[in-house]
Amino acid sequence: MNSSTEAVTKKRLSETSEWTFELLDTYHREIARIAADFGLDTYPNQIEVISAEQMMDAYSTVGMPVGYHHWSFGKQFLSVEQRYKRGFMGLAYEIVINSNPCIAYLMEENSMTMQALVIAHASYGHNSFFKNNYLFKTWTNADSIIDYLLFARNYVTKCEERYGVAEVEMLLDSCHALMNYGVDRYKRPKKVSLDNEEKRQEEREEYLQSQVNDLWRTLPTDQQKSKSETEDPIWPSEPQENILYFIEKNSPILENWQREIVRIVRKIAQYFYPQRQTQVMNEGWATFWHYTIINRLYDEGLVTDGFMLEFLQSHTSVIYQPPFNSRYYSGLNPYTLGLNIYQDLKRMCESPTDEDREWFPDIAGGDWFTVIDFAMRNFKDESFISQYLSPKVIRDMKLFTILDDDQRNSLEVSAIHNERGYKHIRNALSEQYNLGSREPNMQVYKINRRGDRSMTLRYDAHQQRPLNQETNDVLKHLVRLWGFSVRIESLNEGGQYELTHECNSSV
Amino acid sequence: MTQIIDRRINGKNKSAVNRQKFIRRYKTHLKKAVEGAIAERSITDMERGEKVNIPSKDISEPTFGIGQGGIRDTIYPGNEEFTTGDTIDRPQQGSGQGKSVSDSGEGEDEFTFALSREEFMELFFEDLELPNMIKTQLAKEAQYKKIRAGYTSYGSPSNINVIRSMKGALARRIALAGPHKRTLHEAEAALQTLLETVDEGDDRVITLREEIELLKQRIRRVPYIDTFDIRYNNRIDQPVPTTQAVMFCLMDVSGSMGQYEKDIGKRFFTLLYLFLTRSYERIELVFIRHHTVAKEVNEQEFFYSRETGGTVVSSALKLTADIIKKRYPTSDWNIYAAQASDGDNWTDDSPACRDLLINTLLPQIQYYAYIEIAEDNSPAGSLWREYMKVSQASPRFVMQKLATPDEIYPVFRKLFEKQWHE
Repeated sequence: MNSSTEAVTKKRLSETSEWTFELLDTYHREIARIAADFGLDTYPNQIEVISAEQMMDAYSTVGMPVGYHHWSFGKQFLSVEQRYKRGFMGLAYEIVINSNPCIAYLMEENSMTMQALVIAHASYGHNSFFKNNYLFKTWTNADSIIDYLLFARNYVTKCEERYGVAEVEMLLDSCHALMNYGVDRYKRPKKVSLDNEEKRQEEREEYLQSQVNDLWRTLPTDQQKSKSETEDPIWPSEPQENILYFIEKNSPILENWQREIVRIVRKIAQYFYPQRQTQVMNEGWATFWHYTIINRLYDEGLVTDGFMLEFLQSHTSVIYQPPFNSRYYSGLNPYTLGLNIYQDLKRMCESPTDEDREWFPDIAGGDWFTVIDFAMRNFKDESFISQYLSPKVIRDMKLFTILDDDQRNSLEVSAIHNERGYKHIRNALSEQYNLGSREPNMQVYKINRRGDRSMTLRYDAHQQRPLNQETNDVLKHLVRLWGFSVRIESLNEGGQYELTHECNSSV
Repeated sequence: MTQIIDRRINGKNKSAVNRQKFIRRYKTHLKKAVEGAIAERSITDMERGEKVNIPSKDISEPTFGIGQGGIRDTIYPGNEEFTTGDTIDRPQQGSGQGKSVSDSGEGEDEFTFALSREEFMELFFEDLELPNMIKTQLAKEAQYKKIRAGYTSYGSPSNINVIRSMKGALARRIALAGPHKRTLHEAEAALQTLLETVDEGDDRVITLREEIELLKQRIRRVPYIDTFDIRYNNRIDQPVPTTQAVMFCLMDVSGSMGQYEKDIGKRFFTLLYLFLTRSYERIELVFIRHHTVAKEVNEQEFFYSRETGGTVVSSALKLTADIIKKRYPTSDWNIYAAQASDGDNWTDDSPACRDLLINTLLPQIQYYAYIEIAEDNSPAGSLWREYMKVSQASPRFVMQKLATPDEIYPVFRKLFEKQWHE
């Protein structure tokens, strides 16, 4: 390992902003050295240089390097292409895949500075996050994801050939509508490789079908008919939050291949689930590290002033947070929020104030790498904010909350960045990143097994927030998967469930 | 172990399949856009892409979500003037998201994207299929085309490549005569110096002179051009698929056909031509116009010169048959014919036309389309009546009436609708 004093004498890595493969390699080696120096733990890296068109391809399959084919990805591609061509949007400089080895795509249009930034950001920042955050460790399997995606694509293609493109498309449409309800939150999946996956898929198919038949064999016989419908015990015995899983295992109308496709969508949803819950943490972490690493490069005299100016220019535009009243405001910038929290943790360790000692007695004056490493490993956005959002960050970002109660005529500023407001803001922001409050809490509550086989979902309305306009359309998809009527009962203000949506199977 | 890989060489059209799926799914919208474009554009302008708008509600992918209303406590950055307890009037929309939504809600109402030229044309020609196309395509690869392939040292005199041959000869002459020339120059120089000291009769002078003479002969004996200098252009046979078609455009130019009628005819022919370019690599056009006599003309003359006189349609049909016989053997050509007329004909001529078509032309032709530029409810002339019989006799003959340019496309489609029963 080189110490920084030796490095001052080193030659600059490059003088111009042009990149070459040799230079990429050189820069990467220096960045890797610095990252290792700090103690970042990463998967091996695979850095791929791609063109703008390929970047748009990668965009449209939401970052899956091999995706099954579906029109919605085509729509995504068309809208990205359209906006890009008209100049409404720039493309991301990078896309990174949570896999082992960790694949990072760099755009060929980037300058050398941008490539270095992206390598530090994606190949070391995101990469170490993927490898070490507990959600990713629990829910995704970086070793087998590429294999699984490949399996999924081949399987979907095979089904298209065998059962018709339209049939498969309809099924996928319905699954996509419920994709967010295809994740397990409390169980740990088993790890499977491609070979096993294919073998097991066939076994599963047969087994499943036999199970389903058993389930519906409990249909009323003549003797049982005397029992009234109300006496039927509620089934499933506990509400099921993973709707797609429930469909896959229990739908009376799906065929084996359809169950497998439901499973594929569910698996992919599960793979992306941690990413949705760690946006602030993940982007903040990656931003923190590209900033730290590139600054170290500069301190060691390896890069030029011009390089550094360009770097700072892109860095500041990435973390720009427009104020709420700006026309560019579109919510909190996760890069900014995350970076601010990590940087403030570092500051607290290096130069703690009295306020820090009061709010974060365990952290103030500690070893900064240990502190942020712990924070990165053991939290998701919601808990991360509730644990680490400091008064200083609240002050710096001038955060405030507005209470909107539809029962009242006006909005109220419920807290601002002052002594009384810190805790309120911290709780409200944490709540805002709670996936449960961003997505309706919807569970399979009851199946009417003795009667019309209808499915009843229960929506636990949080803070009396109603369901959106699309709900009825989603129900149509659910009916397609379930085969019989589906209803939603929502929790009303009085704490009672009442029927709010219904979709009959004939529709 | 880190790898840096250049993926740019990989294909960029990974999304092509998904794009196609999208297009298939929204075909009805796209077709509407295409048909609109067809109505607006001029026919010569037909072959380019088109921008398509689809209402975004038609392509949304619904998911469960939380709607407006209820209680929410939302965080915003960049506070300037607010303190705790301030109240703000609810923005007009009554949205729970407050200002942010109304400010930045650009709200895409329409999903816009561009169809490429190919996709546009594909939709344009969809459902249209020329029948009996298979027939002559069986003759594919039966034709050969000569293409140049370097030079050979044997061949027929007509193929001699002069430049190449002369280059070879020059090189050979230099190679063979060069050494002798050098010796000759030396000998001549030696003779020159010798003559300064001695007389002409000196022995050494005589030997030198003999030697010089010998060298000169040797040099002379190197031929200016030799048989093995000669190079011939080489040509080899390359098979060409006979995806070729000839399209006969027949039009009545008698006095009753005005520029307006001709214009409609032209549009119809253009459309047919465009359609044929989709199916065949090479298409030849033959323009035949007629009044009482038929004449083969060029395109300009066909559409824009005027003649007057009566009408004898059979003259054009006869000429067509002749031209097919002379220039377009059916084994090599797919033959199509389209006729535009206002329906006037010399009454006695119409049965002759019918017989000509049934007996002579239709057996050789893939498809014959007849359009009559007249109101739909106008009384049927003799030609129309006789042609009705033809169309009953042969599925390869179709006829249609049209009166205005905007009827062309529907008529065109009707004429070339897929023949499901086939």
